[in-house]
Amino acid sequence: MSLAALQRRMARAVMTPLTASDNMRPTAPDGRSMRAVAAAFIKPNDRLTSFERLEIYNRQYWWRVLASLAEDFPGLRAVLGERRFDAMSKAYLADCPSRTFTLRNLGSRLEAWLRKHPKWAGSRQALALDMVRLEWADIEAFDGEQKPPVQPEELGGVAPAKLRLALQPYITLLDLRYPVDDLLLEVKKGAEKDFASNAVREQHSKKRVAAVARLKPAKIWLAVHRADNSVYFRRLEREEFLMLDALRRGRPLGHAIDSAFRRSSIPAAAEQPAKIQHWFHQAAAMGWFCRASQTAPKRSKKKP
Amino acid sequence: MPANQFNGFTEYGIGVGLRLPHYDHILTRKPVVDWFEIISENYMIDGGRPLHILDQILEQYKVVQHGVSMYFGSAEKLNRDHLRRLKALVKRTKTPWLTDHLCWGSVDGRYTHDLLPMPYTFEAAKIAAQKIREVRDFLEVPIAVENVSSYAEFHVSEMTEWEFLTEVVERADCGILLDVNNIYVSAQNHSFDPRTYVENVPAGRVAQIHIAGHTKYRKYILDTHDHPVIDPVWRLYARAIERAGHTATLLEWDDRIPSFDEVHNEALKADKFLASASLAAAV
Repeated sequence: MSLAALQRRMARAVMTPLTASDNMRPTAPDGRSMRAVAAAFIKPNDRLTSFERLEIYNRQYWWRVLASLAEDFPGLRAVLGERRFDAMSKAYLADCPSRTFTLRNLGSRLEAWLRKHPKWAGSRQALALDMVRLEWADIEAFDGEQKPPVQPEELGGVAPAKLRLALQPYITLLDLRYPVDDLLLEVKKGAEKDFASNAVREQHSKKRVAAVARLKPAKIWLAVHRADNSVYFRRLEREEFLMLDALRRGRPLGHAIDSAFRRSSIPAAAEQPAKIQHWFHQAAAMGWFCRASQTAPKRSKKKP
Repeated sequence: MPANQFNGFTEYGIGVGLRLPHYDHILTRKPVVDWFEIISENYMIDGGRPLHILDQILEQYKVVQHGVSMYFGSAEKLNRDHLRRLKALVKRTKTPWLTDHLCWGSVDGRYTHDLLPMPYTFEAAKIAAQKIREVRDFLEVPIAVENVSSYAEFHVSEMTEWEFLTEVVERADCGILLDVNNIYVSAQNHSFDPRTYVENVPAGRVAQIHIAGHTKYRKYILDTHDHPVIDPVWRLYARAIERAGHTATLLEWDDRIPSFDEVHNEALKADKFLASASLAAAV
């Protein structure tokens, strides 16, 4: 057997989902006996059969990727409940195994996958999607690229109609239907607290999720960003979100402002200039603006 | 053999793995440590806190890079994007040598994130050696490959593990990161004498040594890096040092990580073996 054939055969077995009791399945995906599959390329020893030796790797694979996903998505876990989250994770990872060298990207396709498979979230689909989007943005903000921020003197003399700015790659703008930012912070805080048991923590988390799920959906706008190497969730006004989103899409500043206030209830002459100045000042102070590159701008995380 | 071409002719002593729970202790207390080993993949990112911490560590300590996903033994081609990211990190850390495992872990672009064992065949040795050469030429830094712990053996194998390791490193003309705990674990799982392994590796190519703890189950041993080093592993280490000379040594502790001082003190137990190796060399 060639190296490539052996590795393909072993990887297929290792990545086959475990049984409900965390054992290797008796049947391979192609219908053959897994005992026969294992015996064909793995030697038994005096203590373990070929099947049992392969099972060690099969279990380690699944325990590793499931633990990693659970660590990255504690909020979704709270929304779905532990058992449903674990079952969903197995289904997701079977469909979307890791395709990069780092486990950091394991959840990169979870939002799209969850949209295609609404049965996992059921009546909490909208809440679950909001939470997944926020948790992925959290990961991106943690270690995303930071470009040199644009300095105020670089902007002098450029007409707003022509001025193009980009947002830092680590920033994600989100329009959400539930206040999942507060919920996620509570879930994380709960995980850090020294609860008497996991059961107590789970109970506490369930109550909070149920309370949020009962809320009438009401839009919030959020920037997930980084300051001093810590991730923050910053609530934005609707028009502020639209202006930043337009800049992110590569629109000139003048166009971004126009589109932000197109259907705004903020009085034009009385308040808009002050608002714009305030938002712009705050974003610039946090180093959010960088030079617009020639490449395609990053899309904001808007719902389809 | 205190320094050789495979560790950049350095004379590093006893190092500790740089791990997240110890960041604050290291940066505030500034303990005296010969060097830190970092997991390359943890810093092959675009920005944020991990790189900020790394830069602070680099200001005060020597750092050596250790990878977990190069997969020298994979039948697939090397990932060029991965190599470019790694090279950027090599430039940042100025690692005098770079290590990764003699194993595989991905197929058709799907990653297991595991260190899967090699079949000990001449075909596999040739493929792995070619990749090691390519990586060394691209990164422009000496490479040392680590023997992994394993729980399975293959029917197709044509030689022992130490013969395979020798075949690969001779073909690639690279160094060895000799993990004596992994030798012990595999010896128990596959019923061979670990001393035979240590006696038969080409000592002149040993660039670095790993020591670690493991977990014993009823029918096999798992390489868990969550315990102190046991006496039989220290004895293997002593023999490896006798053969290779004073060699850069690193304690791995990756799970249920105790305080920094506890980890460092465990690593410093290697000192007495290194001291006697130095004495023997002087005599």
